[in-house]
Amino acid sequence: MAEGKIVKVAGPVMKAEGMRGAMMYEVVRVGNYKLMGEIIQLEGDIATIQVYEETAGIKPGEPVISTGAQLSVELGPGILKQIYDGVQRPLEVIRKESGTFIARGIEVPSLDRNKKWEFTPLAKVGDKVEGGDFLGEVPETELITHRIMVPPDISGEVVEIAHKGSYTIDEIISKIKTEKGEEDVNMYQKWPVRIARPLKKKLDPVAPLISGQRVLDTFFPVAKGGTAAIPGPFGGGKTVTQHQLAKWCDAEIIVYVGCGERGNEMTEVLEEFPHLTDPNSGKPLMERTILIANTSNMPVAARDASVYTGITFGEYFRDMGYNVALMADSTSRWAEAMREISGRLEEMPGEEGYPAYLASRLANFYERSGRVETIGTHKREGSLTVVGAVSPPGGDFSEPVTQNTLRITKVFWALDASLADRRHFPAINWLRSYSLYLDTVRDWWEKKVDERWYEFRAKAMVLLQKESELQEIVQLVGPDALPEKERVALEGARVIREDFLQQNAFHEIDTYCSVTKQFKMLDIMLEFYDRANEAVSRGASARAIAEMSVRDGLSRLKYVEDSKVDEAIAKIRTNMKAEFEELVTRVVA
Amino acid sequence: MVSHIREYTSVTGVAGPLMIVEDVEGVAYGEIVEIETPHGENRRGQVLEAYEGKAIVQVFEGTGGIDTKVTKVRFTGSTLKLGVSMDMLGRIFDGTGKPIDGGPEIIPEKSLDIHGEPMNPASREFPRDFIQTGISTIDGMNTLVRGQKLPIFSGSGLPHNELAAQIARQAKVLGEEEEFAVVFGAMGITYEEASFFMTDFERTGALEKVTAFLNLANDPAIERIITPRVVLTTAEYFAYEKDMHVLVILTDLTNYCEALREIAAARGEVPGRRGYPGYMYTDLATLYERAGKTVGSRGSITQMPILTMADDDITHPIPDLTGYITEGQIVLSRELHRKGIYPPVDVLPSLSRLMKGGIGKGKTREDHANVSDQLYSAYAEGRDLRDLVAVVGEEALTEKDRKYLEFADRFEKEYVTQSKDEGRDILRTLEIGWDLLSILPERDLKRIKEDYIKSYHPKYVREK
Ligand SMILES: Nc1ncnc2c1ncn2[C@@H]1O[C@H](COP(=O)(O)OP(=O)(O)OP(=O)(O)O)[C@@H](O)[C@H]1O
Ligand SMILES: [Mg+2]
Repeated sequence: MAEGKIVKVAGPVMKAEGMRGAMMYEVVRVGNYKLMGEIIQLEGDIATIQVYEETAGIKPGEPVISTGAQLSVELGPGILKQIYDGVQRPLEVIRKESGTFIARGIEVPSLDRNKKWEFTPLAKVGDKVEGGDFLGEVPETELITHRIMVPPDISGEVVEIAHKGSYTIDEIISKIKTEKGEEDVNMYQKWPVRIARPLKKKLDPVAPLISGQRVLDTFFPVAKGGTAAIPGPFGGGKTVTQHQLAKWCDAEIIVYVGCGERGNEMTEVLEEFPHLTDPNSGKPLMERTILIANTSNMPVAARDASVYTGITFGEYFRDMGYNVALMADSTSRWAEAMREISGRLEEMPGEEGYPAYLASRLANFYERSGRVETIGTHKREGSLTVVGAVSPPGGDFSEPVTQNTLRITKVFWALDASLADRRHFPAINWLRSYSLYLDTVRDWWEKKVDERWYEFRAKAMVLLQKESELQEIVQLVGPDALPEKERVALEGARVIREDFLQQNAFHEIDTYCSVTKQFKMLDIMLEFYDRANEAVSRGASARAIAEMSVRDGLSRLKYVEDSKVDEAIAKIRTNMKAEFEELVTRVVA
Repeated sequence: MVSHIREYTSVTGVAGPLMIVEDVEGVAYGEIVEIETPHGENRRGQVLEAYEGKAIVQVFEGTGGIDTKVTKVRFTGSTLKLGVSMDMLGRIFDGTGKPIDGGPEIIPEKSLDIHGEPMNPASREFPRDFIQTGISTIDGMNTLVRGQKLPIFSGSGLPHNELAAQIARQAKVLGEEEEFAVVFGAMGITYEEASFFMTDFERTGALEKVTAFLNLANDPAIERIITPRVVLTTAEYFAYEKDMHVLVILTDLTNYCEALREIAAARGEVPGRRGYPGYMYTDLATLYERAGKTVGSRGSITQMPILTMADDDITHPIPDLTGYITEGQIVLSRELHRKGIYPPVDVLPSLSRLMKGGIGKGKTREDHANVSDQLYSAYAEGRDLRDLVAVVGEEALTEKDRKYLEFADRFEKEYVTQSKDEGRDILRTLEIGWDLLSILPERDLKRIKEDYIKSYHPKYVREK
């Protein structure tokens, strides 16, 4: 512990002397307001501190007190349904204390100290336990049972365990005899956010994270435990896509980190999620969600903390055996915070002013994802999927944050301004995007949905690729120059593009499309293309095919409820056959 | 903060807009200093870096005439504050808040830090009240709602001022009598431009609902850093303490960003894209995020910042970073302007992210969102065909293609175009939209629910 005094203040960074004995990344309280800060550089007895709150009015000479702890979060019941700032201060509580605006130096507990939780023991006296083992459980929300785990660094024999009953998080619920003596365990643990929580081993992902978004699930799937990046210009659809994932994906826990983005986008989630029901459980979506909001007008240094706080929450629930999905919107704002702090430290700037450690910080963050075998005596699996938005300046993907992210993540959802401008949503460019999990999730799709999935998907991709090549020709010489067969390919691709890839996040039915419906849609659309090809080879014109009324049925399919899809498709199929017959007969006649 | 005023004559260096003062004591970061030049001129500045015994100060009115011998520097011990009161309505101030209309000094009811404090996201209320601006391209396709920040991306020589003034004049919330109070902030614009606005406010009798802060082209550049903050502080006072609905017009953000760049260069900071500081996103966010609505207060702040894009380039850092923060943008097009179309709003790159919450049944009309989507895709298609025609000629087009071309032309002439004093109500805007859509084959209206086609398509309306 050290107590020093400030010698320099410049925005969110300050220097203090007399700090010998303080540790790197230790949390300090700065100045008369006792603002929260973190040591990010030590040189002799001078510490450089990044401050998580506004520093106006702070003077050199004011005190700096170290706290002896690294930046940590409290992990225990009460985390779910919360909206926290970047350093785990509950914003609802702050609002009660300081009103509409966030006052400085406010100290509030991260977890409710008074609330009693219904605890049911799962361990008994005499059990040999190690880190990660379940001592008991608490029904935290309607949806989620919170497992009270032995903290990672404790192992030994249970000598006391609380009876079933209600307890606050501070009450001791177990005593464990360890080599070093008896440890008291209560219902929460502290964990330093910059350090990954331990795991037994990483496993290869196997299942897709299903989002109900056709272009993601069918074309560019992310696996549970995998990583995805979604770069795009402003207005491209990063936030809407991440909100869609947070709403509909089949993870059990959602951690949503709003990092340096708009306040209203967090408010929207807060207002909307309690009224939306999870398609898998039928319960309100908020019951499984944790929000972290460090909006663009909140102190810049706390952006860094917010992503680490988020990922630590994710790992904690993963350790309980849950599938967790974390969305970070936007990692570019975090990178910019690194750049700003690094600039104030007068570090040698790397590419576009970003610090040289940008790549390694990003890699470390995404590396905390994964499907894992968790710690604990009993074999248990959990997963943490990470999806990061990237906001490249000018929408140009060649910049350092996008490039360094793409080097790590396995899925690339490339947003495209020209698609967004014409209201093709999600504006995910199907030619630029990719997923390296196709082979990983193939088995799942073929077993759970249809064995032709991989083949169909590939066929649709080929068609889309062909369309883009043909479009280039059309731009030069006009559509008339194309042979009928190729004009039919344009029609076939148009169906896939408009009626399959486009999906309206704000339409009550289209917002979520089950995997079976996705497959059935693709199936009938490819069938349309096959039949059109055949009709053309029998003399029908591409123009006539473009005008067919069956096209209407195809384009309205996305708005058909799941329960009525089979019926609708059967009708389309019958009409389609008849209409093609007629086309061909007309030609012959 | 206890304010003990300390005065020094120990300026040791001057560079660009910055001044170094040494042998000082107890200087606070962000503190305001008052400067007296050897000629007895008074200026103000703010501490950018505070050391023990040294301060780096940014001087708002420029450093010309400051010396290292006689210049007096007084540290006020306080951050920059603005005295506010209801009497500010109908008044005109300079870019730092001093009256310049010959009227009396303001007797403040309160003194507020111009930097404000970040609004707690948990205290926000999601904006959902439709504002009818009377402009079809906005109301119909890029709806503005109360509490939104929706900038106009323009270019030099385009009629953004006319459009902004028209919006200020016509904006209203349906079913409510109360008009918007306007807080107007000019940053580095010409006297003529400012006077255009003031005359317009006067002509329409809106002046008593307007508070104007003017930093004109010949006023000190660094002062522009303060102007929008003074504007927003006034707006916050009206909105959150006096329950008023406030429309903030800020023009031109480009000049504000130039001032930021100047300071960054003087400090020798590592420049970001095109020389603008790396923290410009964060800095702009501290302005734009001061729009909104809060739970438990009746008032709101709607922001309409104006910026001119250098070379009409939307990827330039100023529009780019703005677009990343604001809730959409209204983009003006030189091409439409050349064609004589007013307002020359190009709907394709324009966007209102808050539109969906402000429209629909009970707010505008149930078919609004569908009609807008359909207009977008039809116009995009028509524009593509125009490009194609330019290459391959009209002959290559099908019957249907021609309809899309006709649609695009008439869309620009009938929907986009309106006169400078025409306030169209939303029903009229929707009606024009339907008229245009009826050019296209009904089957192509895929984005519109069949029920709505039956209720609103001119063909069926006529039948009824
Ligand atoms: N799937 C979708 N369905 C319907 N509309 C969409 C969809 N995706 C995006 N949009 C539209 O695009 C707008 C912009 O999307 P979004 O806010 O997600 O962009 P963004 O990439 O996060 O931009 P920024 O970087 O500025 O935050 C939305 O407000 C919405 O109108
Ligand atoms: Mg976004």
